[in-house]
Amino acid sequence: MNTIENKVAAVPVTEELSLVRAAKQGDDAAFEELVRRYDRNVFRIAQHITQNREDAEDVVQEAFLKAYGNLAKFQEQSKFYTWLVRIAVNEALMKLRRRRPERTVSLDEDIKTEDDSLPREIADWSPNPEQLYNQSELREILSKTIQGLPPGFRTVFVLRDVEGLSTEETAAALDLSVPAVKSRLLRARLQLRERLGRYFQKRESGDGIQ
Amino acid sequence: MKCAEFLQELTNYLDGVLDQKTKGELENHLSWCHNCYVVCDTTKKTIEIYRDSQLYELPEDLRSRLRSAIMTKCQEHKKARP
Repeated sequence: MNTIENKVAAVPVTEELSLVRAAKQGDDAAFEELVRRYDRNVFRIAQHITQNREDAEDVVQEAFLKAYGNLAKFQEQSKFYTWLVRIAVNEALMKLRRRRPERTVSLDEDIKTEDDSLPREIADWSPNPEQLYNQSELREILSKTIQGLPPGFRTVFVLRDVEGLSTEETAAALDLSVPAVKSRLLRARLQLRERLGRYFQKRESGDGIQ
Repeated sequence: MKCAEFLQELTNYLDGVLDQKTKGELENHLSWCHNCYVVCDTTKKTIEIYRDSQLYELPEDLRSRLRSAIMTKCQEHKKARP
């Protein structure tokens, strides 16, 4: 079995850095180019976390505005994108907290039991599961499924597996340790797999994990 | 290798960051344990489906509206604190 390929193209760091430096000097066209480069990513991340379109739009605006206002403080020790993601994740989590004050929303919220993610459903999926549904049904399923994950899990999943950040970059963006990122990622992946199985599996059941 | 140990290494395996020895042990486990093979395969599909899904794409009209709102606010910020 092959490992997964990272299809997210890396932006040349030097090019990004020259835009950042120009923006720091007051070149707004350079900053606008950075917006153009990363607005889609920030929107996707924000909507994965907040699960709300209006909140995601606000996060895009607030994250870029904050980045603009704090550009002088950006030390250039990480990629600008990682720094921006960190700002966006914080803004998104704040939105979520405001919307759900009754529930604690934290990246530190962890795992209830050691084996909450152990596979219970082992049945194999249809050969091309995504073709069982049309585009909009599939999006609905994926959206509903990821919504069921705790925010801390879906945040790690979207940064690592959707946006293609490395484990180290994800850890830096979320202020988590590398082992914490790995543990959340494993659980997020296994929980999503289990939930998607309801839609994608063949109709025979497996006989449980040993 | 037991199934639980396999699961612990699953993320490292899918990310291709295992040393040769552990990778070999894992693949040996996969060759006879059908359940773990299915879990591994469907987890990989889960990741690929999300990655390729274009979920939450930013529509172009909204994108330009957001960008111009951002740049307007940046200008105001600059004027307020030159």
